[in-house]
Amino acid sequence: MEDGDQIIKKFMYMNRKAPYGTIYAWESLEVVLIAAAFDQDISLVFADDGVYQLMDGQNTEEVGMKNFSKTYSALGDYDIKKIYIEQESLEERGLSLGDLQDLKYEDEDDDWAEKDSIILISRAELAKVIDEQDVVFSF
Amino acid sequence: MSMLHTVNKSPFERNTLESCIGLAVPGSAILLMEDGVIGAMANTKHSEMVKAAMANVKIYVLGPDLKARGLSEGNVVDGISVVGYGDFVDLTAEHAAVQSWL
Repeated sequence: MEDGDQIIKKFMYMNRKAPYGTIYAWESLEVVLIAAAFDQDISLVFADDGVYQLMDGQNTEEVGMKNFSKTYSALGDYDIKKIYIEQESLEERGLSLGDLQDLKYEDEDDDWAEKDSIILISRAELAKVIDEQDVVFSF
Repeated sequence: MSMLHTVNKSPFERNTLESCIGLAVPGSAILLMEDGVIGAMANTKHSEMVKAAMANVKIYVLGPDLKARGLSEGNVVDGISVVGYGDFVDLTAEHAAVQSWL
């Protein structure tokens, strides 16, 4: 896809680890926010234990770590509109979308209407979306 | 006095919880902490293994690590005790040794 002279590539950020136990989740979020400045076609995936990153109601007071979960709600403002959640990963963990944060973006082509960024996707469909990417970053 | 085993990784990512359960003698205690708290949750692929283990060992989960991850105490497997840092100290003192599964 080309936008003027600029080539737009499809970048996917694959998040597969639970937050706080390792630094991967936070590092991924930081890289995503930096990459968002480059106007590329970005999508995020939360699969395997990565689905825990978006759990609603995280409270890190007692563990003395920074609760970065609120930052995900800013992704819409960075024009990140495709956040894939793998359905099988939720099911294996006894979770549903209702357990996760509700992430939205404002659609500039539709009078800034608020729309869902979260896309629930099956493993089989996700495989196809991964295959369409130019670059996949793994966290 | 029995041993206290600690597990700090998710059962979806590592096999430490499974190994620990397999190698802890009856009467031991297992404390789930950090990403290991995921192993305490009900209705997951691993819940049955944890339920079965409780016939032989006592299982604890660290509450602050549940809260950090937005995991509700109400959703832990029945019979697992939710404990705080003070209780962790007590458990350490009450057991003959602490074995961390890495």
